[in-house]
Amino acid sequence: MLQITCPYCGPRDQDEFTFGGEAHIVRPLDPDSLSEREWGDYLFMRENPKGNHKEQWCHSAACGKWFNVVRDTVTYEIKAIYKVGEQAPEEETCKSHQPEPEND
Amino acid sequence: MQQRRLASGGRIDRSKPIKFRFNDKTLEAYKGDSLASALIANGIDVVGRSFKYHRPRGIVGSGAEEPNAILQVGEGAKTVPNLRATQVEIYDGLVAEVVNGWPSVEKDLGSINNIFARLLPAGFYYKTFMHPQKLWHKYEEIIRKAAGLGRSPALPDPDRYEKLNHHCDVLVVGGGICGLCAAVAAARSGARVTVIDDQSEFGGRQLDNRYQINGASSMEYVESLVDELSTSENVTLLPRTCAYGYLDHNFLVAVEKVTDHNPSAFSPNTPRERMWRIRAKHVVLATGAFERPLVFHNNDKPGVMIASAVSAYVNRYGVRPGKRFVFFVNNDSAYRAVLDCIEVGVDVEAVIDSRNNSQGDLVAQVRNNGVRIFNQHVVTDVKGSSRVEGVSIAAIDKQMQIIAGTTKQLDCNTLAVSGGWSPAVHLFAQSGGKARWDDELACFVPGQSMQAAQSSCGSANGTFALGKSIHQAFQVGVDAAQASGFQAQLPDMPEVVDEDEAPIQALWLVPSPHKDRQGPKQFVDYQNDTAAADIKLAIQEGYKSIEHIKRYTALGFGTDQGKLGNINGMAIAAQTLGQSIPETGTTTFRPAYTPVTFGAIAGPELGDLFDPIRKTAMHAWHVENGAEFENVGQWKRPWYYPKAGEDIHAAVNRECKATRDSVGIMDASTLGKIDIKGPDAAEFLNRMYTNAWSKLGVGRCRYGLMLGEDGMVMDDGVTTRVGENHFYMTTTTGGAANVMAWLERWLQTEWPELKVLLTSVTDHWATIGLAGPNSRKVIEKICPDIDFDPEAFPFMSMQEGAIAGVTGRVFRISFSGELCYEINVPANYGRHVWEACMQAGEEFNITPYGTESMHVLRAEKGFIIVGQDTDGSVTPIDLGMNWIVSKTKDFIGRRSLSRSDCVRENRKELVGLKTEISHQVIPEGAQLVADANVTEPPVPMIGHVTSSYYSACLGHSIAMALIKGGHSKMGQKVYAPLADGRTLVAEICSPVFYDSNPNNP
Repeated sequence: MLQITCPYCGPRDQDEFTFGGEAHIVRPLDPDSLSEREWGDYLFMRENPKGNHKEQWCHSAACGKWFNVVRDTVTYEIKAIYKVGEQAPEEETCKSHQPEPEND
Repeated sequence: MQQRRLASGGRIDRSKPIKFRFNDKTLEAYKGDSLASALIANGIDVVGRSFKYHRPRGIVGSGAEEPNAILQVGEGAKTVPNLRATQVEIYDGLVAEVVNGWPSVEKDLGSINNIFARLLPAGFYYKTFMHPQKLWHKYEEIIRKAAGLGRSPALPDPDRYEKLNHHCDVLVVGGGICGLCAAVAAARSGARVTVIDDQSEFGGRQLDNRYQINGASSMEYVESLVDELSTSENVTLLPRTCAYGYLDHNFLVAVEKVTDHNPSAFSPNTPRERMWRIRAKHVVLATGAFERPLVFHNNDKPGVMIASAVSAYVNRYGVRPGKRFVFFVNNDSAYRAVLDCIEVGVDVEAVIDSRNNSQGDLVAQVRNNGVRIFNQHVVTDVKGSSRVEGVSIAAIDKQMQIIAGTTKQLDCNTLAVSGGWSPAVHLFAQSGGKARWDDELACFVPGQSMQAAQSSCGSANGTFALGKSIHQAFQVGVDAAQASGFQAQLPDMPEVVDEDEAPIQALWLVPSPHKDRQGPKQFVDYQNDTAAADIKLAIQEGYKSIEHIKRYTALGFGTDQGKLGNINGMAIAAQTLGQSIPETGTTTFRPAYTPVTFGAIAGPELGDLFDPIRKTAMHAWHVENGAEFENVGQWKRPWYYPKAGEDIHAAVNRECKATRDSVGIMDASTLGKIDIKGPDAAEFLNRMYTNAWSKLGVGRCRYGLMLGEDGMVMDDGVTTRVGENHFYMTTTTGGAANVMAWLERWLQTEWPELKVLLTSVTDHWATIGLAGPNSRKVIEKICPDIDFDPEAFPFMSMQEGAIAGVTGRVFRISFSGELCYEINVPANYGRHVWEACMQAGEEFNITPYGTESMHVLRAEKGFIIVGQDTDGSVTPIDLGMNWIVSKTKDFIGRRSLSRSDCVRENRKELVGLKTEISHQVIPEGAQLVADANVTEPPVPMIGHVTSSYYSACLGHSIAMALIKGGHSKMGQKVYAPLADGRTLVAEICSPVFYDSNPNNP
């Protein structure tokens, strides 16, 4: 079970949070200008990276605030947490404390 | 009489005899015994029958690794199946029995399987019982009976279990000497340290062995460590606690046996077991290692035991597991057990060592005691039926081939084996760490960890020598404290002399004098009767991945999770595949490390505490007036109010009729309610609902439909403009929380510039619906200052005022097609106002109705229920609700309505159904077909029934259905073939069945 640091409340168990999927999916300002494929991409297509993933979480059982998390999908390590509207951290600052996993 | 009890020694208390029952025999043991040592003391050899071949089996190990001695312990509601006798502390009155011998463990009829063993190879069940498929469930029943382990209790568990959340700086798993040393090193820094250990006493292998530290028994040193820790305020010691799962971010779950070992201490305030949910800054794994058995013919006879277990029984429990021993080893450490036997005067016939030589200190001591050592020899077979009666040994050459004609027989009744040690990397691997193969030690050791703050030490880390491992543990403890932000210093090393040991020689499958896959079984996994030949057969049949081989042969599938056999099995698979062990890899280590009771997992979250129950302010009135209740999410809603002698149909018919004829009253408090405030509230609603909100006047109500961004209907409800910048939204009962979260998410993440504040007020308001032609006459009586004239109070509007003396809101809206007023008052006044309504309505025969009548009344009007008539694949167009979809503004889901799939022909559309025979009610969920004559599957389905009732008011059944292209099929016939063989015939019609007053209810 992850331990997530809510930017408003501090570190809490994953139990208190709701996962919201990939972050930074912006709703198109003019949906009619999008082709069916482009609209479909906005609706359904998501990144599935091996490594750092920017995602939304909500501290739903407490303050109810949404925020962004950079989480490594291999190690589940949380690399960064930032509020909605804040710039995502540079990839550089999301380096792991750990050595790179061996290739296998 | 305890025939195999030693006269002295051990950590048992001979002054405290204990009586227990095993298979209906009363036996005696001493305090401090495990159930296993008590059985050995009493000369019990056979403790179970094997899973597949029903071969007699005896005790092999002394701890969590035990595969055979899995017993039913306790009686009645408190009985627990499949407990490892090695981990059960004995107590007065304990009752245990074998789980799988019939009619008795000595004479098991199932052992006939043993005679036919050659006919029961790996994958036998899959191959033999696959066809015909229909009969599989019959086969399975018989197989389960033949193979069964223990039985679950037939009565509800009377015991209490609890859960506890715990945080610490350093969590040490394993209370052996390394765990204790790491804990002391960390605790001296002031860090909060927790030590958990699955045994009743700390000390680990020091309890079992005769090591020396500072010139005295190592247990003296252990006791000094425990003393220091138990008097440190920053340390929590948890004996009898097994960490069974290691999850992400250093979160571990452990179960503490609180009164399991001492049922007399059980009281209503003391749980039987306690689950610890532990989050640690740093985790130290000091989980020790398991000794491996060796794989040779008939290696499962009772009396074959791992060498370290022999040490444990002799030194810790003061029992003699056998009379005359032969040891079969490939390493030096097992010589420690030989010395233990010599020390207590047990005969050691010989040591069979597969290595050509060893000059280690322990070997020299054994040799000096005059014990014969057969180097470069192996045990090829074991004699005896229900107990070892002797072994065959043979010499091997350098290629590990048996040298013909060198076979000798040795006399013994116990064979102690040691194939080397496997670090207990289970928790390490569960946490995502990758085990690394160490060729020199011939075992997997912890490799790269996936957790940020974790370390392993001692034999769990492949550091087996006592002195070295203590040194390592101190260092690990210091590092763990410092990593958690404390200043720690390395404690002084005690004086330990590590013996010189010669290297181990890997020996996975003992060479056999028989041809491949012939001769008696060479067991790898005792609990699942997986033999070396099964692994070879699996590979011959094409299985190459160790995960597949495991599943085909059941290797490691037992309750012991292959703690003894897995590494041997993987190595045999590697050999057979002609590849290295690291290339073959291990199977995945998953929780639970040892089995966990359902009681511990459930904890107190049972019965009333399983899920919160939500009751409305009027709940007690409903109960007093005989309502039957229905669960809607967590809510208890009145379902119907039967009068004496009424069934649900009679009650619902009466309630509906009374409402249509005069006036009905319903508790609608469970509807979701959201208070929406702010200058951008109207704009926000424009974006969230399909219809427009800007021009809604203050005091006016509007029905809204909410879509997902994919265009599918998500929720509906009436929203009222309470003030210029103030709206009051209602949602479906079940959708309330989701809608609130959905609205919040858009506001917070997409449109933070909108000035809107949302508050969930579901529980703040009690809601009472008064419906029917006389509803106005009732409400007028209790609201003297509200003008109910239709001009002043039109349909779809709201008035504020006093309702039976309580300030609240009245909404003129309708979910039944009748004139209806919905009263909202602060929840605490709900019952008062409800009773005022009942009193005022008495002269009009006011009739309370529940959710069932509400459903009938709304279905008569063709009103949908989101989640019943829709299922996440239905657009407003499919529902025929184009009228509510704005063409002039954007809203969530709008663009999706023009996606090609949403505008294609033949989508399922909502229609009404009238059965040909008017009293027939089609079951909800019934599949519909266009042609009743097609009966051979696959029969093309054209839709299904979503709502279906008998309408007393109309005198016929009514149904709603989603049917492909339904809107253009009015008047056509559809058929509902039912499971009972009947086929109901219905005609497609408009879903609006009842339209008394369409414009102005």
